[in-house]
Amino acid sequence: MILEARDLTVRFGGVAALAGVSFQVAPGTVTSLIGPNGAGKTTAFNVITGFQRPTQGTVRHDGQVITGWRPHRIAARGLVRTFQKTSVFAGLTVRENVLTGLHLQGRVGVAAALLARARVRAEERRLAEEADRVIEFVGLGGRRDELAGGLSYGEQRLLELAVALAARPRLLLLDEPASGMTASEKATVAGLIARIRDGGVTVFLVEHDMRLVMGISDRVLVLNYGRLIADGDPATVQRDPEVVRAYLGSGAHAHA
Amino acid sequence: MRRLAFVIGLAVAVTAPLWVWNPYHLHTLIMAGIFAVLALSLNLLLGYTGQLSLGHAAFFGIGAYATALLSVKGGCSPWIGLLAAIVLPGVAGWVIGRLALKLRGAYFVLLTISFAGCVSLVSVNWMDLTNGPLGLPGVPALEIALPGLPALPLRSKTAFYYVVLLAVMLAYLLCLALIRSRVGRALVALRENETLAASVGIDGTHYLVLAAVISAAMAGFGGGLYAHYTRFVSPEVFLFTYTVTMVIMVVAGGKGTLAGPVVGAVLFTVLPEALRAATSWQWQMLLYGILLVAVLFFLPEGIVPALRRLRPEPHRRASPA
Amino acid sequence: MDQLLQHLLNGLLLGATYSLLGIGLTLVFGLMNVVNFAHGEFYTLGAYAAFAALALASVHFFLAIPLAIVAGAGAGAICERLLLRPLRGQSIDTVMLVMIGVWIAMQNAELLGWGGVARSVPTPFPTQPLVLGPVSVAPLRVFVFVVSAGLILGAHLLLARTKLGRAMRATFQDRETAALMGVSIERIHTITFAFGAGLAAAAGALLGPVFLLYPSMGDLASLKAFSVVILGGLGNFAGAALGGLVLGVAEELGAGYVSSGYRDAVGFLMIVAVLLLRPSGIFARAERVG
Repeated sequence: MILEARDLTVRFGGVAALAGVSFQVAPGTVTSLIGPNGAGKTTAFNVITGFQRPTQGTVRHDGQVITGWRPHRIAARGLVRTFQKTSVFAGLTVRENVLTGLHLQGRVGVAAALLARARVRAEERRLAEEADRVIEFVGLGGRRDELAGGLSYGEQRLLELAVALAARPRLLLLDEPASGMTASEKATVAGLIARIRDGGVTVFLVEHDMRLVMGISDRVLVLNYGRLIADGDPATVQRDPEVVRAYLGSGAHAHA
Repeated sequence: MRRLAFVIGLAVAVTAPLWVWNPYHLHTLIMAGIFAVLALSLNLLLGYTGQLSLGHAAFFGIGAYATALLSVKGGCSPWIGLLAAIVLPGVAGWVIGRLALKLRGAYFVLLTISFAGCVSLVSVNWMDLTNGPLGLPGVPALEIALPGLPALPLRSKTAFYYVVLLAVMLAYLLCLALIRSRVGRALVALRENETLAASVGIDGTHYLVLAAVISAAMAGFGGGLYAHYTRFVSPEVFLFTYTVTMVIMVVAGGKGTLAGPVVGAVLFTVLPEALRAATSWQWQMLLYGILLVAVLFFLPEGIVPALRRLRPEPHRRASPA
Repeated sequence: MDQLLQHLLNGLLLGATYSLLGIGLTLVFGLMNVVNFAHGEFYTLGAYAAFAALALASVHFFLAIPLAIVAGAGAGAICERLLLRPLRGQSIDTVMLVMIGVWIAMQNAELLGWGGVARSVPTPFPTQPLVLGPVSVAPLRVFVFVVSAGLILGAHLLLARTKLGRAMRATFQDRETAALMGVSIERIHTITFAFGAGLAAAAGALLGPVFLLYPSMGDLASLKAFSVVILGGLGNFAGAALGGLVLGVAEELGAGYVSSGYRDAVGFLMIVAVLLLRPSGIFARAERVG
């Protein structure tokens, strides 16, 4: 199991954003976390990736307990996440964004930066090539030198994905990667996720678009009011009466 | 165009003592150089890492005192003192960085102000060490001591001007080398979006400490130069006016660029001297305050980026230099 | 023991004014999210306004303080209107730098206007201290305490009981809803900032006669105000009130038992300690931080 969550609980005041959530993610799969708004999906992501401490419970990555580790340490283990609200370095170009994402692939520190310029140049060349590869992969090749802040919404989300990919994740956590996208943009994203999975990266995503989720997931987890109410393959989960009730009851609907 | 301006500027700077007749003007240029080093150091923290240090005069002052104490009371060579002027403030910067941990923005500013306040109080009250308000006179001049030759004290303004010019170039190159590397990218990432940076493995605390240490060490170096130039150090080095001046140089010159602080340093050393005949330093400071507000309203990126925008580059580039 | 009591008393008396300073800042920093580094300058303005009224216009002593408050509030309102309103929406760092500019400008204007020589303010109180058992206290300090306490109470009543206070609290809890209910957000911002500045000016007018007046007196006042705000938690009125007293007592104990030269270091150290140990403030309820 590449990721194992046990008994995750997050409480603020009297409210439990997560209540005793346990699940496992198998390597090389695409697992989706769905649920009505406010169910605790992003909280779960925050806890797994170190942006939030759980009140109780543990998170294990490849057997190693990583609960409460700081985000950059977790990222260094190969768990990289994207954010629900578009998160890019707005003042930097697309290429500079991705180069920043390649931070962990570099070795140069202060000493080398000051005294070993040849090594710096070699590393910059290597990183630049890698960056171009990632940019081409997500399809932003023509926008390399544009400022991230000037990209369209859909392009920014692709850039977000590129930055996360640059960090060479073994487990990629995507928080609503397709939200606010047009149908064709969603298809692009779905295609990319499939290719990422085929490349050996485990994908764990939060999404609202049912068609997208059911189309690419190997496994689906359903959260409602901080509790896990279903865990299985897409077809089974879709027919689960409690899942249907959770969605119809709260008036949530599949985003088109 | 940029390259031409740079070359001209460099030529002017290198030949200055030849055509600047008035020794007082040369003194002004020397002070401009020292401030350029200070502004570059503050810029590393403010412009690139995105954190404001309002206690930067503390690092400047610690550097000045370090070298003064070592060379006056300790009898060490001024070069050893200069080394201490780099190392000691660097350690102080490390302390600040480590204390800051997750503190950012206004809280970081308050931490730096408090630190500076404490250091200033120590310099005034710890009479046994620092001589208190009386200060430390008789700081020796830097001297070049090559084996076999008699020591050559660098006391003349011309000699010291070249020392300072060298220092500015070193500081500039150091910043440039850092910025044009993975380290620089990490610093900028901290400024732009620290959460995103963490998600791709950038350790915010580590890089903040790094920026603080280098920034403090550089400011201390400026302090050391100042001590060996004016040959007198007193608690006045901790005056808030020095910090204010540094901030205005960086913000008005252009934070987040390397030319900005240098331009700002020259502008805000030369301009006040030109006005000095007509006005007092209080007017100067008053104008600085108003100018700071005006720049933030009308020219928020600073002078250098605004000038650069007058001539657009072939393709849009965001990387600063 | 007597000495301890004396220090505690002095600390409390002084602390009430620190509370006043802190409350003004916590409203502005905590609610408006403006890092007002010029807060100390409104303090200075109040002190000099009172001085001008007393020494130059021979105004009655008890009128000088309301005059100072009006001067401070007025200056605050102008500042908010001219500088802060156009910047609304800009990053907090930009606003912070602008307020630093205001700080520098105001202080040097004071320097130019009044000169660097420290001035003392004449008061109608006898200098003979009142002796109450083991402790003694100067009548002036009692007056300062009473007025500070009164102003704090008044501020609390204004915020808690009046329509204006309700509007202020509503604006800072949920701006959109408040606007929908007919509250003029722009006016509330101006009033809040003026309120904070007025309280700072009051503190200046009160402490001016206790210490001396000099143009850079605001620097330490700013720092102490921030110290109180951080101690009590951003936007926390009661926290600031308590925090001021804590700072006052800590300073007196520090000056009395450690060294009077390092008196002001207490405020600095307090900031550092609280920032490191409990960034949300000692009196703030445990919140999710991060």
